[in-house]
Amino acid sequence: MDDMFKTQSLFFAYNESIYFRFPDIELTAGEDLLILGESGIGKTTLLHLMAGLLRPKSGSIALKGTSFESLSLRKLDTFRGRHIGLVFQRPQFFNALSLSENLLLIQYLAGKKQDIKRVRQVTERLAIDHKLKEKPYNMSQGEQQRAAIALAVINNPALILADEPTSSLDDKNCMKVATLLKQQAADTDATLIIITHDQRLKNLFQNTLEL
Amino acid sequence: MNIFKLSYRNTISRPLSTSLSLILFTLGVGMISLLLQINRHIQTQMENNIKDIDMVVGAKGSPLQLILSAVYHIDDPTGNISFDEARQLKKNRLVESGIPLSYGDSYKGYRIVGSEHDYPNMYDATLNRGRLWQSPFEVTIGATVAKTLNITIGDKFSGSHGLIAGGETHDDHPYKVVGTFNTTNSVVDQLILTASESVWYAHHQESSDDASHKDEHGTQENHKKNTEHDITAMLIKFKSPMGMIQLPRMVNENTNMQAALPAYEIGRLFNLMGVGIDTLSAIAIVIMAVSGLSVFISLYSALKDREYEMAFMRAYGSTRWQLVWLVLQEGLLLTLSGFLLGIIFCRVGLWMVSELLETNYHYTFSGWVWLQEEWWLLGTALTIGLLSSLLPAIRVFHINISKALANA
Repeated sequence: MDDMFKTQSLFFAYNESIYFRFPDIELTAGEDLLILGESGIGKTTLLHLMAGLLRPKSGSIALKGTSFESLSLRKLDTFRGRHIGLVFQRPQFFNALSLSENLLLIQYLAGKKQDIKRVRQVTERLAIDHKLKEKPYNMSQGEQQRAAIALAVINNPALILADEPTSSLDDKNCMKVATLLKQQAADTDATLIIITHDQRLKNLFQNTLEL
Repeated sequence: MNIFKLSYRNTISRPLSTSLSLILFTLGVGMISLLLQINRHIQTQMENNIKDIDMVVGAKGSPLQLILSAVYHIDDPTGNISFDEARQLKKNRLVESGIPLSYGDSYKGYRIVGSEHDYPNMYDATLNRGRLWQSPFEVTIGATVAKTLNITIGDKFSGSHGLIAGGETHDDHPYKVVGTFNTTNSVVDQLILTASESVWYAHHQESSDDASHKDEHGTQENHKKNTEHDITAMLIKFKSPMGMIQLPRMVNENTNMQAALPAYEIGRLFNLMGVGIDTLSAIAIVIMAVSGLSVFISLYSALKDREYEMAFMRAYGSTRWQLVWLVLQEGLLLTLSGFLLGIIFCRVGLWMVSELLETNYHYTFSGWVWLQEEWWLLGTALTIGLLSSLLPAIRVFHINISKALANA
């Protein structure tokens, strides 16, 4: 079976003294990977490269057989919207919109049909469906973290990338969020990559990569 | 949910800066539009009323006052002239017609004007009900008079001396309404028309009763010779443009009367008013410019807080152009709603000015039209919206998503 997601000899440089070389990654559909590393080692840079938010100086990235280098900036934006779900360290939302509007907008931005049924289904699974009419900044931290996962999975992405999703959470919530992420990825047969310095997650994942 | 809804929601999620921009824009647009409308209304009213009047002949005094009183009925008369002398002028070969006017009395603030049937005919006034006056002390009233005073055919009233309500009444000679005119959008709407004889009779009687009136009316002559009548003014129409050159000089130099040209006097009046209108327009333009600046500041400062949100949108698949469109839409939304509010503000203001004129001068603005200049105003508003959102839009276009997301 073909690789779902693949990176090859990625290299990125901010300037002459700050540059990163990353190990290759190969994952099949539904496979998880935990990337561990200390601060300043280029974790976020790697995540942004894999999400197509940054272009590597050299090397290649391919998702579902489409290599990022072959896409124009505009096409890459659209491709990312359709196939990649992102979870950030600090949950962020469109503050002027309610949770359901946030989710509908993300469907719209990815060029997908706005499907309120899908919105309900995702939020029900994350147990935040009672907050659909609320503004996300009025929700509790745990709810916000789950809402951020909802944003990432709403469009059925092939790849879910999470950047330090648990670092600001206590032990109990940390495990909960990590389990939810794994579960959501498994439900949609998505490949999940979590980048973190949070050693607590080590035991939950079989595939780990130390930077 | 789409980009437009998002820009709308973003706009209302910043109520303070949004209302500041809106208020400034509304004021600017409203003032300019109000000035344009008032200017147009006054001009059309003025021109409507000049109609076929090439020259007005009246007692010596201020020519502008003569025009304002004889043509527009908004100022006091300059005095009286001899009907015979004015009639002589009608015989001049350059004069096509002359309509005598006698006024000086009023009823509840509306002027009673003695004239001939040619006068309402000149304004194409048609009868709504009843007929024109035939004998003295019969009156036919303008549409506004009938409406506001709520008087109709068969009603009787006594005119009062002078042009403001509350003067001494001529109780001996009640007027009887015999007809009402349709609305003409001219000065006729505000007038009570009667035969010249009505005014003469009312005043001759009084002159003999009470000699103190004679000075105000300048009727020393007719006091002695009851057969000779006075009128207040005569509206002259020329046969040819030659009249314009010869007649005013002739009248002013060789008679006891004064000739004034409405077109010339009104032109002068507009020149004087123009200074005021230009000053107000300048102020309004400054307000609009400031409001443009405030839209810009509002968008730009909001953008700083929302840089992350923008990067976030890109991360979720929106293109750079969608972000540019989002910012432009917010700017346009602000200026466009400011424009609409401004137009509403203008129309309300216009209505209030109209009410004020109605009470003080018995003048009304009629016809609510969309002016050509207001399309220009719309264009200017949209341009301001575009310009003020251009810089934020350019910034959004070149946003470094990776950096913006990492800095959050």
